[in-house]
Amino acid sequence: MSQETRNVRFVQGNEACVRGALYAGVKFFAGYPITPSTEIAEHLAIQLPKIGGAFIQMEDEIASMCAVCGASLAGRKAMTATSGPGFSLKQEAIGYAAMAEIPCVIVDVQRAGPSTGLATKVGQADVNQARWGTHGEHSIVALTASTIQDMFSITVQAFNIAETYRTPVILLFDEVMGHMRESLTIPEAGELSVVERLKTDVKPGVNYHPYLAREDGRLPMSDYGEEHRFHVTGLFHDIWGFPTEQPQQVDKLVHHLVDKIETRVNELAMWKEFYLDDAEEVLVSYGSCARSARHLVESRRQKGHKIGLLELQTIWPFPKDLVREKTANAKNVYVVELNMGQVLSQVKQAVKDPDRVYLVNRLDGTLVTPTDIGKIMRVIEGKGI
Amino acid sequence: MAYTDLIRERFFPHIWCPGCGHGVVLNSLLHVVDELGLDPRSMCMISGIGCSARISGYVNFHTMHTMHGRALPCATGIKMSKPELNVIVPMGDGDAMAIGGNHFIHACRRNIDLTAIVLNNRIYGMTGGQYSPLSGRGILATTAPYGSIDNDFDTVSLAKGAGASFVARTTAFHVKEMAKILKKAINHKGFSAVEVMVQCPTYFGRKNKMGGAIDLLKSYRDNTAPLGSKKLEENPELIPRGIFVDEERPEYCEEYANVIAQANEE
Repeated sequence: MSQETRNVRFVQGNEACVRGALYAGVKFFAGYPITPSTEIAEHLAIQLPKIGGAFIQMEDEIASMCAVCGASLAGRKAMTATSGPGFSLKQEAIGYAAMAEIPCVIVDVQRAGPSTGLATKVGQADVNQARWGTHGEHSIVALTASTIQDMFSITVQAFNIAETYRTPVILLFDEVMGHMRESLTIPEAGELSVVERLKTDVKPGVNYHPYLAREDGRLPMSDYGEEHRFHVTGLFHDIWGFPTEQPQQVDKLVHHLVDKIETRVNELAMWKEFYLDDAEEVLVSYGSCARSARHLVESRRQKGHKIGLLELQTIWPFPKDLVREKTANAKNVYVVELNMGQVLSQVKQAVKDPDRVYLVNRLDGTLVTPTDIGKIMRVIEGKGI
Repeated sequence: MAYTDLIRERFFPHIWCPGCGHGVVLNSLLHVVDELGLDPRSMCMISGIGCSARISGYVNFHTMHTMHGRALPCATGIKMSKPELNVIVPMGDGDAMAIGGNHFIHACRRNIDLTAIVLNNRIYGMTGGQYSPLSGRGILATTAPYGSIDNDFDTVSLAKGAGASFVARTTAFHVKEMAKILKKAINHKGFSAVEVMVQCPTYFGRKNKMGGAIDLLKSYRDNTAPLGSKKLEENPELIPRGIFVDEERPEYCEEYANVIAQANEE
């Protein structure tokens, strides 16, 4: 068997995510079973011990996210996976990870909600939960993907971003992506870049400040169990990690938590585009919906329509400049998603003329089809059904 | 070893009220770490939220002040990642038994090698004196102005029932006994649950007209008795102190090391 064929596998999206995480160097997973994310836990339960990593099924989602925080501080690349209701439970510790600047990855294979909603059906309604699920002010990174291959590489990216910026990163996949199967070519080691944790070079016996940024903004880390002993808290803290209520330091930390992400919107923006150069009609979509949108674009292009697709892979921080630029020449912009317009509202804020931005959605737990998109576009264009 | 290497001097003075029992536990713990000659770099302290949780700031270990009730799962993640670390988890009674109750029983069940210390002052101190799951019936608190109607847990029975392989109880009055028990708990391979009855004169003593710190300490002297003692035999109403469980059972991280070995054989 040639090297090439050995590296091609026909896998489920959830497994592609697992393979991406392993490629990125994940060494710890804690989780609690929930559909449609459970295969991620199941695969890691098999794979992690093989590489000397650790897998643990915790008593609940809250405990899982807490264990991830602990494992990351002890030096391991750590992740958890869940779905809507479980994601709600994790929010407390996601906020802690944001405040204490603990790198980690949280996968949310979205299903329809609210509450337990439709356990086995697709939804994309956690976009706002990813951004605003925690209390207080901090920014967050959330990524999506629309192919099995992309689920692999985006997962690698998620770990890279988490380690670079010492931040929790959320993978907003959805049920269709998690459960569909497609070919996956696993890249050779070194083919995709993998960011390792930036360790402090402060010598033993010299004071180490876990929250003192370098000139480039990165915060070198020391792991629990190594030379430097330090304090980590969810309270506002100084460069030592010690609690503080000094207004100046509190203000500085809030700005740091928000700015370290928000000032890098364009750097963090990942996307794919199809036929945008001359497009008069632009679809904006992500995740499984982007597949239907792309299908429609391809078939209309064959008929000579000037239509294109902007597929978002970074949802948060929302790539405003990118969306404004890519839709600048469009007559109409259609946002295709499985919610009541969570990305739509961001697109409307990004573009010059929000009145030409329309929502194409479904809310019934089924995937929006190319036919659905076409029908709604005809109605909007005043052509009837 | 100099104690100055075990505490963070710049973090003091501590925030505890005059007469609070938490300092006694901190003192006892530092003595034990010193006596055992443990390398401070091997020491991890993970705490939750509340008065007791602030203890992690004062010790010069690897420390994590987590969320309310969440110290044990955070500690579990650390221990699973670096089993060679000595992980100590101080928790208040609300922290361990109310919001963290589920985590507590599951940590006991797994028998993961953590030393959990439940500092039981029967009240929520940090938020100003509300009743806790260990307050017991008839106790007055700001949220039980007519007397609590909640039954309390027995931490020892709960830990035993949930499968902890080391279970003990002591009080802030019995300082030497506390050090002895903490020493054994830290040395024990498996999950150790140690309940320490500590006085809160500010909220519990005052509200319940039980007096100040000294009166509360005296009540620990008078209302408790060592396991197997004549005093306890004569008066079963007394609260038993001592080591209730000390058994060797498979430890979680060691069991996982077997999983790793098995996975690599196949």
